[in-house]
Amino acid sequence: MLLIHCPWCGPRNEDEFSYGGEAHIVRPAAPEAESDAQWADYLFMRTNRKGLNLERWVHTHGCGRWFNVARDTVTHRIEAVYGMGEAPPVQSRGGG
Amino acid sequence: MKYSIFSLLRNAFSYHENWPAAWRSPDPRSAYDVVIVGGGGHGLATAYYLARNHRITNVAVLEKGWLGGGNTGRNTTIIRSNYLWDESAHLYEHALRLYEGLSRDLNYNIMLSQRGVLNLAHNLGDLRELSRRVNAIRLNGIDSEILNPAEIKAMVPILNTSPSSRYPVLGASLQRRGGTARHDAVAWGLARGADARGVDIIQNCEVTGIRHSGGAVEGVETTRGYIRTKKVGVVVAGHASVLAEMAGFRLPVESHPLQALVSEPIKPIHHCVVMSNAVHVYVSQSDKGELVIGAGIDAYHSYAQRGSLPVIEEQMGALIELFPIFSRLRMLRQWGGIVDVCPDASPIIGKTPVRNLYFNCGWGTGGFKATPGSGWVFAHTIAHDTPHPLNAAFTLERFTSGALIDEHGAAAVAH
Ligand SMILES: Cc1cc2nc3c(=O)[nH]c(=O)nc-3n(C[C@H](O)[C@H](O)[C@H](O)COP(=O)(O)OP(=O)(O)OC[C@H]3O[C@@H](n4cnc5c(N)ncnc54)[C@H](O)[C@@H]3O)c2cc1C
Ligand SMILES: [Zn+2]
Repeated sequence: MLLIHCPWCGPRNEDEFSYGGEAHIVRPAAPEAESDAQWADYLFMRTNRKGLNLERWVHTHGCGRWFNVARDTVTHRIEAVYGMGEAPPVQSRGGG
Repeated sequence: MKYSIFSLLRNAFSYHENWPAAWRSPDPRSAYDVVIVGGGGHGLATAYYLARNHRITNVAVLEKGWLGGGNTGRNTTIIRSNYLWDESAHLYEHALRLYEGLSRDLNYNIMLSQRGVLNLAHNLGDLRELSRRVNAIRLNGIDSEILNPAEIKAMVPILNTSPSSRYPVLGASLQRRGGTARHDAVAWGLARGADARGVDIIQNCEVTGIRHSGGAVEGVETTRGYIRTKKVGVVVAGHASVLAEMAGFRLPVESHPLQALVSEPIKPIHHCVVMSNAVHVYVSQSDKGELVIGAGIDAYHSYAQRGSLPVIEEQMGALIELFPIFSRLRMLRQWGGIVDVCPDASPIIGKTPVRNLYFNCGWGTGGFKATPGSGWVFAHTIAHDTPHPLNAAFTLERFTSGALIDEHGAAAVAH
């Protein structure tokens, strides 16, 4: 069971949260100008990091707010929690 | 050595102490025609069919751990071919047909048990979806039928079919040819067959880099040295993205833990497979008597080969809901594998942006049932540098063209 620190509610059990996938995927600014390959990259392609991963979580059964987490996908250790729209305080690292 | 009643008798005289190893363990050579990365069932099947169907035998299978130690040895061994779309139905049915003849073909008992797979419907929406599915499957010539609650009760008396239960059972689909097989035996039998045809199977050899120049593959770096090769087939399940990064491209794959557990052994009580997508559980009973229980993936992405307890808790709740009789069973072992999940719950089998580098991945929670079929079409793809008709639709390009093959209904909880 992961213990996740919601920036607003404090440490809570994993099952209060929902996982939101890879963080920092930016929606195309001019969608009509994107090629099919760019759309595929935006919609489907993922880094799927083995190592320190930057990801989004939402406190579904709590305050309902979104935030970013830097979590190691091999050890499950959480290194940082930071706000949506903030730059990551640590760099993603590892393969994948 | 051919396994038979006679070899069994002969070896009985020496107290079964002199059986020869089922495959050699050679040191890697400096070059091969084809290198297969990943010694799970799919990689071994690819090597086996490269040798058997295409006479390409200068092949090495490189496995970073031990054979079948990935998802092949961690799965709950359900086999079936009741998929919705034509592309998937044909691919999985091809695999099921191969399974039906595999023990004989390999001279190795894979313990295929076609005990029937039931998928339950718990509400009207489920039931309509199920009828649509069964009809589509039958149109593809694959056995599938619908049972009403009385027929289900007759087949599985211990199932809670009370109309007042929280998730009443309103119907089920049944594929009688579905069932289970011994996962280790599938890996070992294929390894033995490939080895007998000259394939080198090399364990404890991790691929750490993929060398390519001018857009074509040249060889692989490994923990046991550099190996030159003309073609590379990558079949590493949960590690597909890691290998893709070595070659310089990304995949539409996310790696998640998928957990399973077995109970203490009990006398035969559950003779088929029961799955429920709505309450998130499926269960069969192994020949040893253990209940083999699976569910859906852990939601977050991970490479840790273990998951979180809430998933197990929910899965046990669902099991007791369906089978109150199991409420006092103790669980014996629990484990996780890392599954490679695609956005459309269908695999990617084919070419990549690098010439002569082929990927076979994205089987997610349900690739064991496809093992021989996957190897068959992937071997063809590698041998001819062009897909087999059965995997022509399962390209990486489908994520650019939009021609997805959405099998979430067939593969979400049911594996
Ligand atoms: C708990 C669980 C239950 C499941 N239940 C079912 C089921 O009931 N029915 C079903 O059809 N499917 C099921 N599946 C899915 C099924 O197990 C997989 O889809 C299938 O076994 C994949 O086979 P594979 O050979 O591709 O992968 P694997 O067996 O995982 O083989 C890949 C191999 O690649 C190796 N490898 C990785 N990286 C490297 C490297 N760099 N160098 C060398 N080797 C490397 C790994 O060590 C591994 O042995 C289940 C999976 C799990 C985890
Ligand atoms: Zn909160």
